[in-house]
Amino acid sequence: MRHSRGTLYLIIFICVLSLYLNLPQGINISQKILNKEFHFTVPSFPRDLSFKKGLDLSGGMQVTLLADMEKIEESQRLTALDSVRSVISRRVDLYGVSEASVKTSVTTAQYRLIVELPGIDKPQEALDLIGQTASLTFATPVFATNPASPSAEPQLVNFVPSDLTGNDLAAATVTFETSDRQPAVSLKFKDSGREKFAKLTKEFLGKPVAILLDQSILSAPTVQSEITSGDAIITGKFTIDEAKFLATQLNAGALPVPVKILSQKNISATLGNTSLNQSLIAGGIGLTIVAAFMCLYYGWVGFISVIGLLIYGLITAALYRLIPVTLTLPGVAGFILSVGMAVDSNILIFERYREEIRAGRPSAIALELAFGRAWNSIKDANLATIITGLILFNPLEWSFLNTSGSVRGFALTLVLGILISLFTGIVVTRTLLRAFYKPKHL
Amino acid sequence: MIINWMKYRYLYIAFSLLIIIPGLFSLIFYGLKLSIDFTGGSVLTLSDSTIIRQKDMTQLQADEMVGKLQEKDKDLKLVSFETIGPAMGQETTRKTIWAVLLASLLLLIHISHAFKQLKFGVCAILAMLHDSLVLLGIFSLLGHFFNIEIDLLFVTATLTVLSFSVHDTIVVYDRIRELQRHTSNLSMYEMANQAVSETMVRSLNNSLTIIFMLLALVLLGGDTTRYFALALLIGTISGSYSSPFTAVPLLAIWDDLRHHPK
Repeated sequence: MRHSRGTLYLIIFICVLSLYLNLPQGINISQKILNKEFHFTVPSFPRDLSFKKGLDLSGGMQVTLLADMEKIEESQRLTALDSVRSVISRRVDLYGVSEASVKTSVTTAQYRLIVELPGIDKPQEALDLIGQTASLTFATPVFATNPASPSAEPQLVNFVPSDLTGNDLAAATVTFETSDRQPAVSLKFKDSGREKFAKLTKEFLGKPVAILLDQSILSAPTVQSEITSGDAIITGKFTIDEAKFLATQLNAGALPVPVKILSQKNISATLGNTSLNQSLIAGGIGLTIVAAFMCLYYGWVGFISVIGLLIYGLITAALYRLIPVTLTLPGVAGFILSVGMAVDSNILIFERYREEIRAGRPSAIALELAFGRAWNSIKDANLATIITGLILFNPLEWSFLNTSGSVRGFALTLVLGILISLFTGIVVTRTLLRAFYKPKHL
Repeated sequence: MIINWMKYRYLYIAFSLLIIIPGLFSLIFYGLKLSIDFTGGSVLTLSDSTIIRQKDMTQLQADEMVGKLQEKDKDLKLVSFETIGPAMGQETTRKTIWAVLLASLLLLIHISHAFKQLKFGVCAILAMLHDSLVLLGIFSLLGHFFNIEIDLLFVTATLTVLSFSVHDTIVVYDRIRELQRHTSNLSMYEMANQAVSETMVRSLNNSLTIIFMLLALVLLGGDTTRYFALALLIGTISGSYSSPFTAVPLLAIWDDLRHHPK
């Protein structure tokens, strides 16, 4: 019995925790108890916990791009792909799309980018933006004296593009300085760039030279010495991540990869909202019928399993916020389906219970026996569903299996649903039954 | 109470064939109506819920088309636009086949292992194939007569049905496994009868709850997931039927053939 008591406390703890995660963050509770004012602020969770909606619910655009790697050497293709991704992310950020995502995917010698842009209302504009090939240019400084104070030092007023471009750059890599092991970025120029770069460093010795990516300044290092070898190092107080980022962006210029649209999907926000509401209403009605059925058919134990189902909903919602699970329409369907399966474990157990009663066992023992005996079938049956769920989710990113977002969304909610339902359908219901149900008849 | 369910075992198989054969014919002669997920192409949905299908369009072409249509009706808007290259479509088909094969293989191993005998695995997979044939056949007919298309979500639905079918079968098989353990003198025929009798109420109740949820989704769940939910519904009904009336009779028939070879 002590064991069961401990589990009960654990369940209450999990419920309170889930409830906290589901509540709006940072709300104030003021209460007058015994003429004393209590003020209590629910502490905020360090992260935004609102549900993450997929494109089909929030509206927006998804584009799959094919990166044309024909002119890139085999060994540099992955670097090049990463650079394109980085450049497109940067453009999308500058364009002002929030929560955009740019992912890469490599399938049988095809290099792809999957770009998701929520809430885009001018698709063509966005397509033009992400569809360009990156252009990298080195720009030289222009100095001018301020006409108001002619005696003062000339001021840096502008950069003008030089003839040295990304085409002249062979590659950029992260290195560490020999003196203090600080991260830095090394540039290697092609033969065509060596001379141009030597000329540039000679002319602008001690002055800043800007590197422009898509016409905006990426970095403006100051030339320290004349470089004729075609190898240069950009130093600065970089962190490793900053150095990596800079190298990736520079490579986008060095390894220009044209992209082509493979597939595209635009969904208007209103359509997404309508579908979400319809699914939720449908789910609500379905759930009510299921709950009513369980109560009517199984009586008290059925009612307790419905409480278990509510706890299931609470934990699921909390986990969706915490992980976070991106909600898509198929995902919502997967959740609703998993509710149906959650009830199944309870039906199995209750039917077993009735059988044991019919076999003449006292009800308390029958209840324990039912949980024990039903477990075998529940375990094997749910394992089968988890196997299919994993094939759909494809966690190892096997290229011969599905990688589509919508299918994965469905699989994730289904597998999560099964795992949670095993907990609520067995542990929670069992503990609640032990604590609150004094068996007489079923 | 034990009912002699297995007495009619060949009748259940005949009933299944009655559903499967027309579907199979439809599959062979009409095929499946594939969406652009498989074939590639473009689909435009307008605010007055007209759907335009085109070969391969760019955003620019789609905008132009909508612009022309707006001359007649100012309020018309492009609600959704989707375009998929032909190469992507072929890839989806290939991946689908792989997923189904891999799922069948893993489930066969899982069941044969869990029940220590290959025949359980084989019969469960046959029941699973039964359900996918029912589903594919019905959707082939729906596609031919009502223009309902098969898309990527349908693949998801099919795989889910496969796992549901096995899920349901395992519950009945589990009962046979238990009987095998506790009694040694029962024939498979008798065990099958007892197992089906004892799990019938559970099977019905469980299917009912899932059917309630899915029916709600089909009727009220909105257009985007309607046929997805319908596929799941058909699969669930078939899966519920196939466990006691295909998977278990097949076990009994398996033993018939072993003991009375023709």
